[in-house]
Amino acid sequence: MTDTPVLDVRDLEMHFSVGGGILDRLKLDRSGLRLETPVVHAVNGVSFKINRAEIMALVGESGCGKSTVAKTIARIYQPTAGEVRIEGQDVASFGFSDLLPVRAKMQMIFQDPYASLNPRQRVRDIVAEPLLEQTKTANERAEVPARIEQLLTRVGLNTEHAGRYPHQFSGGQRQRIGIARALSVTPGLIIADEPVSALDVSIQAQILNLMKDLRDEFGLAYLFISHDLSVVHHIADWVGVMYLGFMVENAPRDVLFARPRHPYTRALLSAAPSIKTKRDIEEIVLSGEVPSALDLPSGCPFRTRCPFAWDRCAQQRPHMQDVGDGQTVACHLIDEPERDSI
Amino acid sequence: MNIFKSFIQITWKSTSGRISLIIFGFCLVLAVVGPHIAPYGPNERCYDAAGKLLRLASPSWDHWLGTTVLGRDILSQMLWGAQTAMLVGLLTALGTVVIGLNFGLIAGYFGGRIDAILMRITDILLGLPFLPFIIVLLSLTDRNIWTIILAMMFVMWRSTARIVRAEVMSLRQRQFIAAARTTGANDTDILYREIAPNIMPLAVTSITFALAWAIITEASIGFLGFGDPDVVSWGSILYDAYASQMMYRAPWWVFPPGIAIMILVTSVYFIGRAYEEVINPRLQERM
Repeated sequence: MTDTPVLDVRDLEMHFSVGGGILDRLKLDRSGLRLETPVVHAVNGVSFKINRAEIMALVGESGCGKSTVAKTIARIYQPTAGEVRIEGQDVASFGFSDLLPVRAKMQMIFQDPYASLNPRQRVRDIVAEPLLEQTKTANERAEVPARIEQLLTRVGLNTEHAGRYPHQFSGGQRQRIGIARALSVTPGLIIADEPVSALDVSIQAQILNLMKDLRDEFGLAYLFISHDLSVVHHIADWVGVMYLGFMVENAPRDVLFARPRHPYTRALLSAAPSIKTKRDIEEIVLSGEVPSALDLPSGCPFRTRCPFAWDRCAQQRPHMQDVGDGQTVACHLIDEPERDSI
Repeated sequence: MNIFKSFIQITWKSTSGRISLIIFGFCLVLAVVGPHIAPYGPNERCYDAAGKLLRLASPSWDHWLGTTVLGRDILSQMLWGAQTAMLVGLLTALGTVVIGLNFGLIAGYFGGRIDAILMRITDILLGLPFLPFIIVLLSLTDRNIWTIILAMMFVMWRSTARIVRAEVMSLRQRQFIAAARTTGANDTDILYREIAPNIMPLAVTSITFALAWAIITEASIGFLGFGDPDVVSWGSILYDAYASQMMYRAPWWVFPPGIAIMILVTSVYFIGRAYEEVINPRLQERM
């Protein structure tokens, strides 16, 4: 691959300070009075790449940090550490005004099509918003109305919908408005945070197919966040599996679904009811709860629920390693495959 | 213009709103044309055929609402007073909402230290006794109608700011604000293009209640004798009647301003209520 990836994320970390005011954080213990700063480790060193016209899906349980990855890349949050390269340019430390040209290359689609459109703006104003931020001259702005009509038609809406308000549309139509808004500046990358999980199943396929068609037409790259494995199987080229803010496995879709290596991925796939791939792996049923992101376990983040965990897992944090076919896994079982049996 | 049109449409739906709109519209027309159709000047003294001052004449064909102890035509005074009431009410309501809206928007959106500073200012104003403050201010400065309007604006925005701030604090957490952020919108864009339109129904309700409150307050100031001596208001007509101690001998002097204040304020309140009833249950259903 000689092309620069559209999105190249390296060791992305996102930590949130919680705990409120000084009095809430003041703790008295044996060593005396001290000020605690509790930190939620939402994303801990995630790396991946997306090439042009590729769809990369991030999957995982609720609270595993996949949405936070999306929002950090879209710069709703300021990343704590790491690099976010958009077409080769690291934008992780960019300030607000520096980001404006980057926003022309990267747009976002949101999960809830009811909440992500301003109820008091007409569709034409919603769709025009990214364009108006990017165009400043009157000449450029004069072309905006025609562009909006073209966009609405492209995503399967009528041009007479432009004068309506969001509440006059169904969930699927609203998501089409959201897609038109993201497309308006012809970005290379679209970050889609669970774009279909709030929709009826019958509508989901329509939206997914629209997204795929747009990918083929414009060479779009997607970062696609989802917890629904059947959706991911339908749309993704690459799948990254996240657990507790770590990426534990990253592989091309078919490789991952056929030959999951990380115990968590295996548990996730065997827990999904509808996926019927030819797999002959024993079922892994997880027990217990996801540990708190306030207090990460030592070593492997998954060891508290992993049926294979042994003492090495508590001492040493596994790193992503290549196991061939583009698949990378963060698990000590790769080094010691003889332990892979219950 | 859009918000104004939908405001009329919504209010028109309820019976009380429709009646109130008609009454308010009538008062508005009177306020505009009143001084031109008034048969006499507000302080003009009227004499009878014999050249004698017409003191406390009861209602007649020449003086529909009678005259005052100084021989002034009450109908004419009422018409001039309508202009005062509307001018003071509308200007104060508008100023109140513009100040309150911006304070609320900025405090609620930015939060933190900015919010703390703006809200402490609001708290101080909330602790201010409204009428005494204005009376003291008027005695310190000249008793001018513009001073009254400015003084009322200065104090009345406090409650609007509080309500708007609460609403903004909930709105800024909504996903469409994050969505606007990813399109590249800056704080000003988000405040005035994304959030402010969602505050508009609240602002309109605030305007009506501020309008009613401003009319009552102006009448109170006039009745207490602190009003602008050069401007006739319904409150000052009541003050004159009271001060002359002729209220029992000349009921036609007291009832017109009293009833007019009551009807106007009630109609404004009902307009606000009618609008609020429609927009409150589900904001989305309007339009």
